[in-house]
This record gives sequence, structure tokens and C-alpha cells, in this order.
Amino acid sequence: MSALRAVGLLVGKDLVLELRTREMLSAMGVFALLVTVVFTFAFSPAPGQAAAVAPGMLWVTLIFASLLGLSRTFALEREERCLEALRLFPFDPALIYVAKAASTLLVLLAVEALVVPALAVLGGVSPGRAAGPLAVVLVLGSAGLVASGTLFSAMSVHTRMREVLLPVLLLPVAAPVLLSAAGATAQLLAGRPLAAILPGLRILAAFDVVIAVVGSVVFEYVLEE
Amino acid sequence: MPPDSHRELARPARADWRAAAIAAGSALLLAGLYMALLYAPEERTMGAAQRIFYVHVPAAWVGFLAFAVVCAASVGYLGTRRRAWDLTAHASTEVGVVFTTLAIASGSVWGRYAWGTWWSWDPRLTTTFLLWFIYVASLMVRAYGGTGTQPSRFAAVLGIVGFLDIPLIYLSVLWWRSLHPLPVVVGAEGVGSGLHPAMLHALVVNVVAFTILYVILVSLRREQMVVADRLTARAGRSGVRAGAGEVAG
Repeated sequence: MSALRAVGLLVGKDLVLELRTREMLSAMGVFALLVTVVFTFAFSPAPGQAAAVAPGMLWVTLIFASLLGLSRTFALEREERCLEALRLFPFDPALIYVAKAASTLLVLLAVEALVVPALAVLGGVSPGRAAGPLAVVLVLGSAGLVASGTLFSAMSVHTRMREVLLPVLLLPVAAPVLLSAAGATAQLLAGRPLAAILPGLRILAAFDVVIAVVGSVVFEYVLEE
Repeated sequence: MPPDSHRELARPARADWRAAAIAAGSALLLAGLYMALLYAPEERTMGAAQRIFYVHVPAAWVGFLAFAVVCAASVGYLGTRRRAWDLTAHASTEVGVVFTTLAIASGSVWGRYAWGTWWSWDPRLTTTFLLWFIYVASLMVRAYGGTGTQPSRFAAVLGIVGFLDIPLIYLSVLWWRSLHPLPVVVGAEGVGSGLHPAMLHALVVNVVAFTILYVILVSLRREQMVVADRLTARAGRSGVRAGAGEVAG
């Protein structure tokens, strides 16, 4: 079986599961909206301040929502002893990492497609012409969250602390994602030119590549028992 | 238990180089303290507060050195599966966290006098703070990471990912700060150029002394862990024997 086909099958399995239950989509979507409401209550920004708070609110919301999704990534596999079966297949364990990251990323992007427009309305900001570049920032940032989060999710699901350990591992390691993505979003919403966010995009892309490569290499050490 | 068995656990023969290192390190630490407080001249603008520099820079240096050792030992452990690499990584993480804490605390006191605030989101300070979180998380993984080799493997993965993350964290903090620049950031640690020769001497002596201290602490902690391993193994063996005896009886 070729690597591509193996990844395709694994991603397909996850997506079929998700489409039949819509568990993550609904849980992450509702949770993201709730976090936005909580933030608005807590900060109660004046109408003029909305643009200043919105980028940070967006990325903290997305990080919390993805933590929620990531904590479930391997939970189902473990409960049904599916992970053991996956390990028996004669392919590189890195493919499990790639497939899990890909399916989680697709779900997260679907959640973002639903939630980000709602957040823009609630936050009182309109991206306007920045919508395209903003989508790039969202994809790069989400990829970084998922690349590091999938690795740590596989680790935390095997421990007693489970969901508690995941944010403690993910938040400091994924700090470059939050800093660069929130910074780039703020620049875009302030109407700055594309050149102003290039350094942020470069850091995001570098983070995605470095973590994805290292994650693929070390994933077999996380799975083995 | 025969009386010799305790000695066999501790292996005193290896402690020879360490005794020498402890003597040399203590002498250098005292010399460093003298040079930092009396030998080095008073700094013109910051006065006596600048002398924190001679603790802060060596502590930060040892913190980074420790985490570089953690990364190298983690690669060694995942590659060879030798417990020795894992012990080095574990001991170095613990000592690294202590020195990073010291660096952050002394940096905070420094900031109080240099910038008038206990905490500024200065790129170096922020990066060091995030590093501290990563390696504290690594200690949590070791403490609560499960049974068998699992905590060691997880901590090794985090040791590698965390270390490679350092430049990315630093670059992103730098860019984030450049979006809202701080009013005044004094290039207080401009090592080399504007430094009085006596200040440089004091700094070098303290860096060397702290590095020796790091090596001694890691070696001591490692040896404790080796002894703990042996005791666990021995307890396990006698437990098995006792169990077998019961079955036989």
C-alpha cells in the first residue's frame, strides 16, 4: 500500500466518523462562540476598541477550540483499541501522525469557516479586502496548532492526566503561532499592506514545516508501548 | 543484607573527579562573588544594581546550556534506548529549570532598576519565560507520564521539539514586540564592546564557576537516580523471590 493511499484511507475514516456524528464540528463551533461571548463580557470593549481586541480574541478562541478537538483526536482510537490495530499495519507510524493531523486540520478549518464570520460580526470588525490574506494566516496558523497539537495529543492520551496535560504542553510550544498569527491578523485588520505581515507569515510557515518534520520523525517513539 | 551492599550502590570510586570539581567550583564561586562585588567597578548609570549582571548572565547561560544538553541527550536516548542518556536528560532538565528560574528572577530585579518595572515583555525575558514553561511541562510529563519507558520517551520528544522551538519563539516574540515597541529598552547586556575589562573578568569567572556548578549538580542528581534505579530493581527482585517462595511453600 502506498503511503499516500494509507494516509487517504485514514483521513477518510476520520472524516466519515465526523460527518456521521458531527461531534467535533458542533462541540468546537459552539465552544468557540461561547468563548467569544465570555471574552466580550470580560473585556466589554467600547465600539471603537473592537478592532484592537478582536485579533487576540480570535486566536485565543481558536486555540481553545482546537485544544478541545485535539484532546479527542486519539481518545476514540484508544477507547476502541483502534490505535493498537493501526500500529499492526506494515506502514511507517509517521503516516498515522500525518493522517491524524490532516483530518484534525480539515475539521478545524471547517469550524473556522463557520465561526470566523460569526466572530467578525460579534466583534464588530469587517476584514474587507484583507479577507484573502486573513484566510492564509488562518490556514498557516491552524496547521501549526494541529502539527504540534497532534503530537502532544498522542502523548497526553496515554497519561493519567489526559486533557489536563495537553494545554500545558501545547501552549508554550505553540506560542510562536499565537504571537505571529495574532500579530498578522491585527496588522491586516488595521489595513496595513501585505508586506507588513510577511515576517509573521514566514515564522508561521517555518513553525509548520519544522514541527511537522520533527513530529513525523519522533511520532513512532510516542506510539510504541 | 551484608554491610558492603550499601557501598556497592553508591560507587565511591567515581566521585574522585567530582570532589576536585567541587573544590575548584567553590573556589571559583567565591572568587566570582568577590570580583562581582568588589573587583568590578561601579557602573555609571545603574550603580550597584548592575552587579546582578554577574549572577544573571551566568544563570541564563547555564539554563540554555542545560537545555542544549537535554536535547542532545534526548536524541541519544531515542536513538540508543540507553537509560544513561535518559538520566542525563532528566537531571539536566531539573538543573536547567532551577537556573532558568534564577535567571528570570534576577532579570526581574534587574529590570526593576534598569527599566523601572519588575516585568517587561522584553524578547529575551519572554523567550526565557516560555522556555521555562516547556521544561516545567517536561518535568510534569516525567512525573505523571505513565509507567515503564513512556515518561522518558515523551520527555525526550518534548526535549527535542522544545529546543528546536527556541529560535522560532525568539523570532516571533521579537516580531510581536516590534509591532508595539517598548518605550526604552536599554541594551544592558551588550557583552564585550562597552564593557570595562574588569567587568569582563568578573563575568568570565562567574560563567566558568556556574558551569562547573551545573556539571556537579547534574552529576550528583544523575547518581541519585542511578541509585534509585538499583534500589527499585533490587526491591523488585526480592519481591519476585518472596512471591515465588510463597507459591512454593
